[in-house]
Amino acid sequence: MEIGVCVKRVPMVGGKIVLTADAQELDTRMSGFTISPHEECAVEEAVQITERLGGTVSVITLGPEAAADQLREALALGAKRAVLLETDGREWGPIATAAAIVAEVRRHAADGPGYDLLLCGNEAADTGDYQVGFRVACALGWPCVTGIKNLEITETETGAGARARREYRGGEETFEFGLPAVICVKEGINLPRYPSLPGRLRAKRAEIERYEPQWQQEGLRKRSLRVPAAERKQATVLGTGADAVPALIGVLEEWGVLP
Amino acid sequence: MTVLCLAETDADGAADASLRALSFATGLAGGAPPAAVVFGPADHVPRDALAAHGAAAAYLIEPGQLAGYAPQAWARALAGLAAHTGAGAVVAAATDRGNEVMAYLGALTGQPMAANCVSAEPDGDGGYQVVRHRWAGLLLEDASLAGSPALMTVATEAVPAVAVAEPSTLAVHPYAPDLDADDLRVRATETAGHSSGASLATARVVVGGGRGVGGPDGFAPLEELAGLLGGVVGVSRVVTSEGWRPHRQQVGQTGTKITPELYLACGISGAIQHMAGCAGAKHIVVVNTDPGAPILAHADYAVVGDLGEVIPAVVAALKARSAGG
Repeated sequence: MEIGVCVKRVPMVGGKIVLTADAQELDTRMSGFTISPHEECAVEEAVQITERLGGTVSVITLGPEAAADQLREALALGAKRAVLLETDGREWGPIATAAAIVAEVRRHAADGPGYDLLLCGNEAADTGDYQVGFRVACALGWPCVTGIKNLEITETETGAGARARREYRGGEETFEFGLPAVICVKEGINLPRYPSLPGRLRAKRAEIERYEPQWQQEGLRKRSLRVPAAERKQATVLGTGADAVPALIGVLEEWGVLP
Repeated sequence: MTVLCLAETDADGAADASLRALSFATGLAGGAPPAAVVFGPADHVPRDALAAHGAAAAYLIEPGQLAGYAPQAWARALAGLAAHTGAGAVVAAATDRGNEVMAYLGALTGQPMAANCVSAEPDGDGGYQVVRHRWAGLLLEDASLAGSPALMTVATEAVPAVAVAEPSTLAVHPYAPDLDADDLRVRATETAGHSSGASLATARVVVGGGRGVGGPDGFAPLEELAGLLGGVVGVSRVVTSEGWRPHRQQVGQTGTKITPELYLACGISGAIQHMAGCAGAKHIVVVNTDPGAPILAHADYAVVGDLGEVIPAVVAALKARSAGG
C-alpha cells in the first residue's frame, strides 16, 4: 500500500500567544516548531498500516526550507520518503495548498506506483481551515471523509477499501468506501510512537525531494490577527496546601456547585 | 439576497449548533430571513425551532433520493440549491459534517470557504468582512471573504442561538438534487445511538488532571472527587500523549471543549491549547504547586500546593460535610 501523509509545520506555543508587530503572524523567534498534532497521528497511522500490509509511507509538506525538519521528524517515525513543496515562507491558503498536493499525487502516479491512500490531519492547528483534504479529493475524484478516529483497511472484491469511524453527536458513525481516497484523521486515532535512535539516524541522512509550486492569491484574505481580550484576571490565591481547603469549599458552596 | 443555512436535524430536532448557525445567518442577510436546508424525512423538519431562530423557509431533501449522511451528495445538493435560489451566502455550523460539506461545496464551486467564523459583515462590494477563529479560538483573524456564494462555517461555541421577535411561518419546499453516481460513494453506513453516562462535553463539573498527577496511578483521588461532585475527569494533552489516560478524556484544542459550571484544574500548567478547551468553563479553580503557572492567569481562584495533599483533603471535607448535613 502506497500512502502519502500530508503534514504541516506549526509553531509550538506554550503558555501565551505573541504576535509580530504588524499583527500578521505569530512571533516565533522564541518558539520551536512541530508537526501539527492530528498529522503526527496521521503519520503513525500510515506507518502502522504499512507494517501490517506492506508498502511505503511518503510524507509530504508544503512550507519553507525549514519545514524539512518536520519531514525528518516523520521519517524518524517510520516514513520512507519525504517530499518538500517548498515556499518562500508566505502563508499559503487552502486552495493553493491543495493544488500543490494534487500536483504531487499526479507526479507520483506518473513516475511510480501512485498513492492508494492520502492521510491528512483533520485541520491544521494554526489556520484551522478544515478543507485541504476535501479540495484535494475533489480535484482527484477520490472519496474523502474527515474527523476519523478509527480506521481499518479492508479487502473488497473490487480492491482495497476503508472502514472509517468518527464521533457523531455523542454516538458514532461509520463510512465504508473504496481506495484510493483521502482520509482526514484526528488525534486519538492512535498513540504516536517515540522515534527510535536508528530512525533518527536514518532521517538525518535521508534525501528530500523538492518541488516549488506556485503561490496564488485566494478569495479569503487575511487582514490581521489579534488575541481576544482575556475574560478572566489573575487568580486569587485561597491559601497553601490542605489549609486552603475550607476556603475552597466556601467558594464552591457560594457558586452552588456542591451537591 | 438569499442566505442558505444547513440545518443538521434528527428525530430529536435540530442540533443546537445548527440553531446558532441559523442565528448567524439571520444577521447576514440584511434583514431578509435565511432559508434552512434540511436533509431527512418531512417529519424531521423542526419547523418551530427553525422559525424561532429566524428561518422563513426550509428546503427539504428527503431520503428517498438520499438516505443517510453523504458529504459529497449534501454538498452537491447545496450547490444546486445555491444556484436555484441565487444565494449570496451559504453557511453551516462548524461541526464535522458542517465543515466537510462546506469544504466540498467550496471545492465543487471553486469558491473560498472561511471556517469557524464568529462574525461577518457585508463589505459593500459583494463580499464580507469576517472574523474567524485560528488556533481553536485562541487567536482571531480579521479577513475579507470574496465568493459567490460566500461560504462560511460558524464557530458555534462563540455565537449564541437567538430567538427572533416575530417568527415567520415556515414554508417547506421539497428539493430534488441532481446527483452524480460518485456523490454517494461516501455515506454513513451506520450511525450508533448516543452514548449513555456523563459526557465530558456536557458535564456540570470537570476535575482536570495534568502532568502534576505524576502517572497513570495518580488519578484515583481525582476520580473520587469528580464522583462526589457529580462530575467527570478531564485531562491535559500530555496525559494522553503519555498514555496515562485515554484520549477521549482530553480537554483542549485536539480533544474536547468543555463548558462546565466548575473546572477544577489539578497539576495543569495551562498550555494555551489546553485553555482553548476549557475557556467555556464558568468558574475555574487551580490546584498547582507553582503559583507562577500560566493557568493562574485564566482562573478565578488557586490553591498553591501538591494535589496529592490537597485533593484528599477536599474529598475528606466533602464527605464530612455530607455526613454532617
